[in-house]
Amino acid sequence: MAGRIIGALRRLNELGTQYYNAPYRAAIARAKRDEEDLFMLLVFSEMMGIPNPAAWSTLELQPLLMDRFHDWHTRMGMERSPLDHFRCC
Amino acid sequence: MSAIVLLLLGLGGMAAGYLFYSRFIANRIFKLDPDFRTPAHEFEDGVDFVPTNRYVLWGHHFTSVAGAAPIVGPAIAVIWGWLPAFIWVVLGTIFFAGVHDSGALWASVRNRAKSVGALTGEVVGHRARTIFMIVIFLVLLMVNAVFGVVIAKLLINNPGAVVPVWGAIAVALVIGQLIYRRVIGLGIVSIAGVIALYSLIYIGPQVPVALPDQVMGLSASASWILLLFAYAAIASLLPVWMLLQPRDYINGLQLFVGLILLYGAVLIGNPMVVAPMINVDVPPGTPSLLPLLFVTIACGAISGFHGLVASGTSSKQLDKETDARFVGYFGAIGEGSLALAAIIAATAGFATLADWQAVYTAFGKGSLTAFVDGGAAILAGGLGMEVGVAATLLTVMAALFAGTTMDTGLRLQRYIFQEWGDIYQQKWLTRPLPATLLSVISCLLLAFGAGGADGSGGLLIWPLFGTTNQLLAGLTLLVITIMLVRRGRPAIYTLGPLAFLLIMTLMALLLQLKSFYDKQDWFLLGLDIVVLVAALLVTLECAAALKKAFAEPAEQT
Repeated sequence: MAGRIIGALRRLNELGTQYYNAPYRAAIARAKRDEEDLFMLLVFSEMMGIPNPAAWSTLELQPLLMDRFHDWHTRMGMERSPLDHFRCC
Repeated sequence: MSAIVLLLLGLGGMAAGYLFYSRFIANRIFKLDPDFRTPAHEFEDGVDFVPTNRYVLWGHHFTSVAGAAPIVGPAIAVIWGWLPAFIWVVLGTIFFAGVHDSGALWASVRNRAKSVGALTGEVVGHRARTIFMIVIFLVLLMVNAVFGVVIAKLLINNPGAVVPVWGAIAVALVIGQLIYRRVIGLGIVSIAGVIALYSLIYIGPQVPVALPDQVMGLSASASWILLLFAYAAIASLLPVWMLLQPRDYINGLQLFVGLILLYGAVLIGNPMVVAPMINVDVPPGTPSLLPLLFVTIACGAISGFHGLVASGTSSKQLDKETDARFVGYFGAIGEGSLALAAIIAATAGFATLADWQAVYTAFGKGSLTAFVDGGAAILAGGLGMEVGVAATLLTVMAALFAGTTMDTGLRLQRYIFQEWGDIYQQKWLTRPLPATLLSVISCLLLAFGAGGADGSGGLLIWPLFGTTNQLLAGLTLLVITIMLVRRGRPAIYTLGPLAFLLIMTLMALLLQLKSFYDKQDWFLLGLDIVVLVAALLVTLECAAALKKAFAEPAEQT
């Protein structure tokens, strides 16, 4: 009985999530794809030695990215930031 | 007469329409095929094309098409008495809207889920597509300008609603963050969001907010309209997950709760309909019922806007072709039931006929105020709710609907400007910010240009919104009819509504043309002429396309 109720609630939650996402699924997926495209472009251009035109502008993003960067290096097993010129903690 | 009779007759009629008529249309006319590979499967990309559960898709479709229009239109139209509005909402939903909405889905699904605009270009011709672009721009312009005025009026008439209406934005922002960052499950967030919204509705009347009569020479109405457009511009520029998505979601939940409460209150309280069955003593200046009834009630019966949603997003997510009946036709029934609630609130929520007449003093008066005041009385009588809280609840319901439609409308208008920037190679116009600014400016020009200093121009053009919107529905019906004729199937079920709509729209436009000329209102006269020319062109396109379709041998599909 309890299993059935939990199953029904799970299904309800699943339908609710779908209902929440259905109208905007496309817009969000597209925004995410655009973000990834831009990232890809920057990574590839850096790799090919083309100076990153957004480097100066991305400086503004530093405060926003700080937390994510910190999460990343701790997740990677590095207690401190591996970049000499970028100390986050 | 008891409102319960009206409620049961209306809902019963629509249920019968769904059970019998929609089955006939789906099986015999559209011949919906469960084995047809829908575009959602054929082009599945996880972005636009995603097969979706039909209940979920119904929810998406219904809440996307439900704006303030199914409330505003019927609440104005009861000025001719409750019977004409009731008949048109019930029969219009069954024989017009349901067929139109499910037909738009079918037509789009059978054509690689193309939008009705693209379909018009392919099925009817390029001239029709050009008219379509103009009509759609006008509809969006009018929707945004009208809804700005409608919300401003609601906030002025009910200062208790200011806190919940603006507070709902904060609730949506928090919900968006919680869901996006997956801090808590959707179920708990939804319940917490609805509780927060209803708490605001309870708090609202205790902290009423009213703008001063004059701020820098602007009336309260003008100030609210400017604030609303500033908000809508920001909302339409923000990423959708941040505000629009959670706002639409709690709005949808609120709609279901609101409808259940209102219908429950009618069944428990059994209010009496005090408005006349047919009002022979209409206020001076009220236009004739025929044809204005059929353009005043737009979304409550048939609406072109539904075709845009059906062929825009719903058709790309349809899992099985047979689901078109449930999603499209039952979506129209949802809209009809909202219109029915508006009729009952605006006719049975008054103590006496004199009270009702005191509200309906002129055409266009009453409207949402009648819905809010009448509905509040019904909620108070049936559920024992405090009148102030009930009025706030209904005001918030209407204002949130108008608000979310405005957000989406402004975003869509921005896309049109950006598209024009692309077509005419004006790079600056393809950027979101200038395109949004132009959209806002065009709406404000309409609001203040036609309405003067208090910015009420949107409401003056409401009947023009009706005609433009019905033209859009006509174009969609034309596409469906031509597809049916080409397949050698009976076309009378869409051709009949198409002819009726075109005749009513043309009649209404001509009548309005005369009245604008008499009032020497050159702005509205110009706008009326634009719509009239579009209507005439649509009629000619209809005749030419149908003649050609009938002359061609039918394909056997």
